[in-house]
Amino acid sequence: MAKPKVPGLFKGLGVTFGTLMRTATEGSNTIQYPHEKETPPVRARGVIALHEGNCTSCMLCARSCPDWCIYIEGHKELAPPRRAGGSPRKVNKLDRFDIDYALCMYCGICVEVCPFDALFWSPEYEYSEPRIADLLHDKSKLGEWMETVPEAPELEAGADKKGKK
Amino acid sequence: MNAAVLSADLAYWAQSLLRVLGGLVAVLLPAGTIVYLFLFKMMSFMQSRLGPMEAGPYGSMQLFAEVGKWLQKEDIYPARADRFLFKIAPLIVLASTFLLVVVVPFGPDAWFTDFEAGVFYMLAVSSVSVLGILIAGWSSANKYSLLGGLRAAGQLIAYELPMVLAVVGVVIQAGTMNMQGIVVAQNAGSMFGWDGLGNPYVLTQFVGFVIFMIAVQAELTQTPFDMPIAESELVSGYMTEYSGFRFLIFFIGEFATAGVFSMIASVLFLGGWAVPFSWFGWTNLNDIDNWMNVAGPLILFTKMVVLSFIIMWVRFSFPRFREDQLQRFAWKVLIPVSLVNIMLTAIFKVAF
Repeated sequence: MAKPKVPGLFKGLGVTFGTLMRTATEGSNTIQYPHEKETPPVRARGVIALHEGNCTSCMLCARSCPDWCIYIEGHKELAPPRRAGGSPRKVNKLDRFDIDYALCMYCGICVEVCPFDALFWSPEYEYSEPRIADLLHDKSKLGEWMETVPEAPELEAGADKKGKK
Repeated sequence: MNAAVLSADLAYWAQSLLRVLGGLVAVLLPAGTIVYLFLFKMMSFMQSRLGPMEAGPYGSMQLFAEVGKWLQKEDIYPARADRFLFKIAPLIVLASTFLLVVVVPFGPDAWFTDFEAGVFYMLAVSSVSVLGILIAGWSSANKYSLLGGLRAAGQLIAYELPMVLAVVGVVIQAGTMNMQGIVVAQNAGSMFGWDGLGNPYVLTQFVGFVIFMIAVQAELTQTPFDMPIAESELVSGYMTEYSGFRFLIFFIGEFATAGVFSMIASVLFLGGWAVPFSWFGWTNLNDIDNWMNVAGPLILFTKMVVLSFIIMWVRFSFPRFREDQLQRFAWKVLIPVSLVNIMLTAIFKVAF
């Protein structure tokens, strides 16, 4: 036998009252932020971190940024040759890598587009500033956030490994 | 509040001062309770959050912070507003609340006026607030405000009628329009010879009670009847242009009226301030001990909290009515049902 139908009006009242009781007994879904801190998911997109050693200042990220909030400056330097007797190599040296988080809209295109694995998502989220100009973070600050970047997940079985074999 | 008790040995100015202070307490205390307990806390809990927690223990001082914030804000007039009307409109709305609380009895001797036609007066002054709202909507010189004001006027007039008709049943049954008389009639009465609970009219007049509460919901323009102040389409309707202290007055008016209407509903249907007289062997108003003047307001306050819990619960649960649904509901459902209710009440009154 079918259950007697509860009118929608009373069902609605039941839903709100149920939530009221659940919040009163089990606590709310929200967190009292400055007093207790939420641990974001490991892969949360909190802030963009820079691994400086991998950056070749190729400008791909800066050009693909919809907000133009990445500023890169660099110069070429001579490095000692790989083998003895070879000619010295030319390497790109990064002078400046700034991201203006007042402009950034966290689209992540720069992270996607970086061919050298220099940009990563970090779950860090507490970097607000009293002055808007202070949200322009330089490469040393971006480098600090590398510590919280989680390890890359294992490749699936049978996946092609890119790069040098 | 119990100026009547002291009236023998107090000068006129002292009595008046007591009445003013009592009136302020009777209006502001329910308003503050409703806002903190229901608007801040209950609403938050129903949305699985905690609400204000920083100001005082469990955010209990939040209201004072809010009042302080509003007092600091600039008092803005729209350029083409009708200054004088714009200024007095919130006061008219609040005045209606203060006029309402005058007839509510809080104890055997604790009342502001013992008015013979109390129910009639209550229904009359409760519609004064429509004037204030309409004036506010008109004088703001804003299309949205005007729309909100007109909607409010249409709605409040439509729901005034079921309210009046719902109360008529109570008046017939009690045989008096005096609010104190209605309280006595309920608590001195008996159901089929058993007087353990008195005879609260919520049992015999249940239809009237439901209609009255629905009409109160509409009078207060609380959701689901909040067409006039619909934030999403009219940006708060007649309140759009108000800021600072004048907005605060509207805000107090809204929730104080909710409290006063809850008190009136508990007087009319739940037995008001009194306990059933049979518990202490009282038979009429003169037998009642003096301590009821203290316990009475507390009992009434408790009933007020319960009723405004229902009002706010409905408010937080349901979506808004469309304008035509709202009018159709008043004219085609509530009014016929309350007319039938009056007829049945009259028949039973004569039959028994």
